[in-house]
Amino acid sequence: MSNVPSDLKYAKSHEWLRLSGDTATVGITDHAQHELTDVVFVELPEVGRHVKAGEACAVVESVKTASDIYSPISGEITEVNKAVVDNPALVNTAPDGAGWFYKIKPANAAELASLLSPEDYLKQIGG
Amino acid sequence: MLKRTVLHAEHLKLGGKLIEFGGWEMPVQYTSITDEHLAVRQSAGVFDISHMGEVTVSGVGAEGFLNRILTNDIRKLAPGEGQYTLMCNESGGVIDDLYAYKLSQGVYLLVINASRIEVDMAWLEAQAAGGGGRLDVLNSSHNYAALAVQGPRVREFLDRCLSGPSNCAARVGCVTDLKKNQIGGFPFDHGDVLVSRTGYTGEDGFEIIGRDETILKVWERVLVEGQPFGLKPCGLGARDTLRTEVCYPLYGHELNENTTPLEAGVGFFVSLDKGEFNGRLVLAGQKAAGVTRKCVAFKMTGKSAPPRPHYPIWADGAHVGEVVSGTQSPCLNLGIGMGYVPVQFAKPDTEIEIEIRGKRFAAAVVPKPIYRK
Repeated sequence: MSNVPSDLKYAKSHEWLRLSGDTATVGITDHAQHELTDVVFVELPEVGRHVKAGEACAVVESVKTASDIYSPISGEITEVNKAVVDNPALVNTAPDGAGWFYKIKPANAAELASLLSPEDYLKQIGG
Repeated sequence: MLKRTVLHAEHLKLGGKLIEFGGWEMPVQYTSITDEHLAVRQSAGVFDISHMGEVTVSGVGAEGFLNRILTNDIRKLAPGEGQYTLMCNESGGVIDDLYAYKLSQGVYLLVINASRIEVDMAWLEAQAAGGGGRLDVLNSSHNYAALAVQGPRVREFLDRCLSGPSNCAARVGCVTDLKKNQIGGFPFDHGDVLVSRTGYTGEDGFEIIGRDETILKVWERVLVEGQPFGLKPCGLGARDTLRTEVCYPLYGHELNENTTPLEAGVGFFVSLDKGEFNGRLVLAGQKAAGVTRKCVAFKMTGKSAPPRPHYPIWADGAHVGEVVSGTQSPCLNLGIGMGYVPVQFAKPDTEIEIEIRGKRFAAAVVPKPIYRK
């Protein structure tokens, strides 16, 4: 059973977003890490890059395959998590904590409103 | 509609994640590819390999026929023995790689790749045409399910699953008396099974072929008896990482109809001096002149994403080849793979680069196998 914390917003493509002041933190969901299993490599965007909502901006690799990670919202990347690059297993052990991917300064507040609630995401993954 | 093996419900019950492979719905993993991989290296694992094809070739003409269509020398087999071999076209390209077993005088079992059953059968039938009553080639794939039980501790419990003595092919007192590449028929509660001491993991192990309902019972028994020894059910994901670490070729990756066994590095299984066989002229010429490209094994030498099939290989600043298999090695904890390069870059320690998403990362050609105990 996947953990879907109630203080996060979700994208259909299995990323979560936590808004704090004027920046948001992004990572992949517990459900996504369960599906991937054995994360062995994480590639993150450059700080300062401007990404669009739905744009592939990170890659997570399991033993079996490489999967694109899509930004839930548009904005500028302000920080990336070096710890998860050094220790990709954090994605498996703490997907919505120490395994976060990047921080982003939202460009468009309306996009935040269109993200899924925990209830809706839970419905999507059949929870 | 994907085909399902007799163990389909078992896979679901065990939490297996199912994928398409060669027209079959098969488990890629149950818990984690890494855990399943390490279970096989350290203790034991059981794989459903019911998707593999089985062909029986029999008759007084069988030996001559097989020696003409396969690269290895089938005459070396005594009853109860098997060999790895390849089936080539006239250009020396590989139609399939397979195991050929001699069950008794004039009776052979070929175990072929799931994805190649139709192509192989068409080829075998065309090649057998005119053989008359001296030769019978029968696709028995739909009659059989199969398991691979692999790992260093398998020998400690497999005799509790299947009891001897064997009743056909290799005559031994019990299953673990089989020597590498031997095959024997063993009685089981619900019908006989064929057991060979073979596998695709680089570990000691056995492959068990039988009727659907029999294999379902053997699977259940292996799970129970193997459990105290750390046995895990394993999916195709671990099967692939295990075979990649020991550099066993996989059809469609290292092998295809435009690649010869010599280029693929499996020339050991080509018997050029056994007499005429399909592809011999081309292969003998290649052997004499030397191949121009070769399948090499490599390791990533710095931090990078794992290499994957089709990634470009660079050497001396030029794009020189392509990765055919690649993964993160669970035993070595680094990126490993195999790929084709011009022969001047095929020597171990040659520095190459693997292009991953537009960037190049350092790698080195290494001797096969990549992983050795």
